[in-house]
Amino acid sequence: MAIEISRREFVVGATAGLTFAFALDLGRVARAAAQSAGLSPNVWVTINPDDTITIVSAAVEMGQGSMTGMPVVVAEELDADWSKVKVIPPPGNPAYGNPGFGGAQITAGSRTTRSFFTPLRLAGAQARRVLLDAVAAEWNVPVSELSTEPSVIVHQRSGRRISYGDVAKFAKVPAELPKMTPADLKKPAQFRLIGKSLPRVELPDKVVGRAKFGIDAEVPDMIYGAVLRPPIPGSGIDALDDSAARAVPGVIDVIRLPWGVGVVGTGFEAVHKGKAALKVTWKKGARAEGYDTDQLIGEYAAIAATLSKPGLELHKEGDFAQAWATAARTFSAVYVSDHCYHATMEPVNALARVSADGTSCELWAPTQSPGINQLAVAGVLKTTPDKVTVNVMLLGGGFGRKVEQDFVLDAVLLSKATSKPVKVVWSREDDVRNDKMRPLAAQFLQAGIDADGNLSAWRHRIVGASALARLLPPVYERLKGKDEILIEGHEIAYSCRNQLHEYLREDRGYDVGPWRAVGAGYNKFAIESFIDEMAAAQRVDPVAFRLRLLAHDARARRVVEEAARMADWGRKRPGRALGIAFSDAWSNVASVAEVSVDRKSGRIYVHNVWAAVDPGIVISPDNVAAQIEGATIFGVSHALQERITISQGVVQQSNFHDYQILRLADAPDVRVKVISTDNDPTGIGEAGLPPAAPAVANAVAALTGARVRQLPMLPERVLAALRA
Amino acid sequence: MVFILNGRQMDVSAQPDETLLWVLREKLRLTGTKYGCGMAMCGSCTVHLDGQAVRSCVTRMQHVEGKRVTTIEGLSPDGTHPVQKAWLTEQVLQCGYCQSGQIMQAAALLAKTPKPTRAQIVQAMNGNLCRCGTYGRIVRAIERAARGEV
Repeated sequence: MAIEISRREFVVGATAGLTFAFALDLGRVARAAAQSAGLSPNVWVTINPDDTITIVSAAVEMGQGSMTGMPVVVAEELDADWSKVKVIPPPGNPAYGNPGFGGAQITAGSRTTRSFFTPLRLAGAQARRVLLDAVAAEWNVPVSELSTEPSVIVHQRSGRRISYGDVAKFAKVPAELPKMTPADLKKPAQFRLIGKSLPRVELPDKVVGRAKFGIDAEVPDMIYGAVLRPPIPGSGIDALDDSAARAVPGVIDVIRLPWGVGVVGTGFEAVHKGKAALKVTWKKGARAEGYDTDQLIGEYAAIAATLSKPGLELHKEGDFAQAWATAARTFSAVYVSDHCYHATMEPVNALARVSADGTSCELWAPTQSPGINQLAVAGVLKTTPDKVTVNVMLLGGGFGRKVEQDFVLDAVLLSKATSKPVKVVWSREDDVRNDKMRPLAAQFLQAGIDADGNLSAWRHRIVGASALARLLPPVYERLKGKDEILIEGHEIAYSCRNQLHEYLREDRGYDVGPWRAVGAGYNKFAIESFIDEMAAAQRVDPVAFRLRLLAHDARARRVVEEAARMADWGRKRPGRALGIAFSDAWSNVASVAEVSVDRKSGRIYVHNVWAAVDPGIVISPDNVAAQIEGATIFGVSHALQERITISQGVVQQSNFHDYQILRLADAPDVRVKVISTDNDPTGIGEAGLPPAAPAVANAVAALTGARVRQLPMLPERVLAALRA
Repeated sequence: MVFILNGRQMDVSAQPDETLLWVLREKLRLTGTKYGCGMAMCGSCTVHLDGQAVRSCVTRMQHVEGKRVTTIEGLSPDGTHPVQKAWLTEQVLQCGYCQSGQIMQAAALLAKTPKPTRAQIVQAMNGNLCRCGTYGRIVRAIERAARGEV
């Protein structure tokens, strides 16, 4: 995503049509919260007299490793002894806002490393300079004669040494902080920590069950809550009989909410039994009533291919129509993808404690958006964001689901109604049925090849609902409808002088949201499948074809070449075949999948995936590899079997028996090559996903000749393609 | 209701049809065992009951009475069970939410089958979902623990 958002622009879309708008006055929000007895040169670092150093993580930790990687960046320029660093999660505070989201405090869109890398280096360097200046003054020596070793300042000429902790005992933060510029930063060759695969800081607590996820939050006098939402989103309550629910042992109260019915009680099991015992008649007439995914797939595909229906122009280059008309050879194809569910292993949950007067709130949540939580909670409590304290817990997976506010507001309203701290934990069924799913999308692609075999014309039309219009209406307005979430990944690195990219928004009354790699997941599936189809039709090797189209882009070529080399691309394997796909979404990644297909059942088996990634400067090679491994598995999972179906507005799946995510036995072996280059670092949390599905589809086509143009590639769809 | 929890006798007030998972999490405040699905489909809640890996989300307290329960908190006194060490060496975990269950499942496997084949590992671990996609590292960590290289 590349959304430019101003802080003042935030509007938080809650559930059930409630929308809260705010203008956040930063001047009134307190500065950093990480202060303690130690020396805090800036909001990121506190140097403690005992030589420990506290560094605030710039991002929440949901498995992506940022809670290690970002403090490493600070520690690198601070020249800190990493073994003495203690990392704490970011408090909800605009001081920790993400420059990649216009300063809003959100961890999403693979924008942490990319956006914070330089600011955090500068912050680390600044903290180091504050220490150096203090020692120079104390020892009465020029600061230029001082140098640092890990957590120690050294005066070479006199042989004097002092630890950072000892400096913190006397140093003061100057009224005016030293201004740092990139020229003050280390050269990559001087890095001691960046580029090493340092162990992740929070893992020791995770292997012993001590790590606290959102669901583990607890405060005295806490009670539990559950919320029943209508089966068809947006339906109001017509009649409610809560007598059976109130009779469930442990149920304390039943509370109507704007978007459903809350049950509070003494434990998870009690409140969910109570919820199940509610008898609600829902009003008819919700917009989502007619929402039917089986039908929509066809409708969206038809809209995509109806060229007389104009789309919003996303990108225009040269003259597509002219190039198409004069191409030596032309290609057209439609690709579609179903809705997907996030399936974070930790279902959404939150604990809220609203003050007795109802004007302030403390929140504990596994949240990707502490800054937005403050705005949303302030909105419902009619107070200001600084009255909302957000304790960021570890996230048991995020993938875009935990940027939402619905689960947080459940807890806040139930706490307000009961005057008690309330912890709301959605059941898995709640989590599946009330997800903000990845958009269902259709794509129509057209391409022309000129007489020399070059790609001369490219057109991409994307049809789907808008996530941005719901999440951030003013941003959607300002971007004039270019939903950067939905259209993500539509750009191509391939050389083509005549391009036209369009978005056709369909609003059918069902919420969609960001998902891991969101738009790039289905857009790259379409693009990379299509490229392969063109290669096959010309009888050109798919790797060679891509390399030719990437002749101008050495970094892109290198990952394609490397993935092909790793997979031993040219080697034939009986009963199996390879497929390749490339993605420039976030980072350059190429993946090669090795598959076999059971032609009777139509089932695809993905045996191996080889992936090469170039994320620029690599903070932790092992973590980059882990992210690409994981996103590849995630991508194969959604490519093969993940599908939410909605019939007459009702989600048809409810738990892991009917929404199956990939299990170990079906998971490919994934091998990753991390190519570190001297370029600014780019995101790696999502980058591994987009090439996974098209690599599989291309391998299936190479093996069987059958082209599956639909995600997921369910056995019946493979059979249909085999028969086609 | 009396049972042995992580080596200590425990007397907890619970109904026979309450599930072990929520008794552990809410009444005994051992939150290392995670809720994932409530229907034994994901394995996040895996604990040992008399040494066997079971899904605590579907284990009723009536079946726990008088038995030995081990949770992630009690797998080893100081977090140095070979599986835990191997998990760190291989940096298996990403979000880590499913990993208490994965570790308990793996520990039960190795207790019974100290040198498992890859097929045995896959079979034993297939009921434990990991959304972050750490499966490859899980297998590598179990193989490492089995080799004693921790």
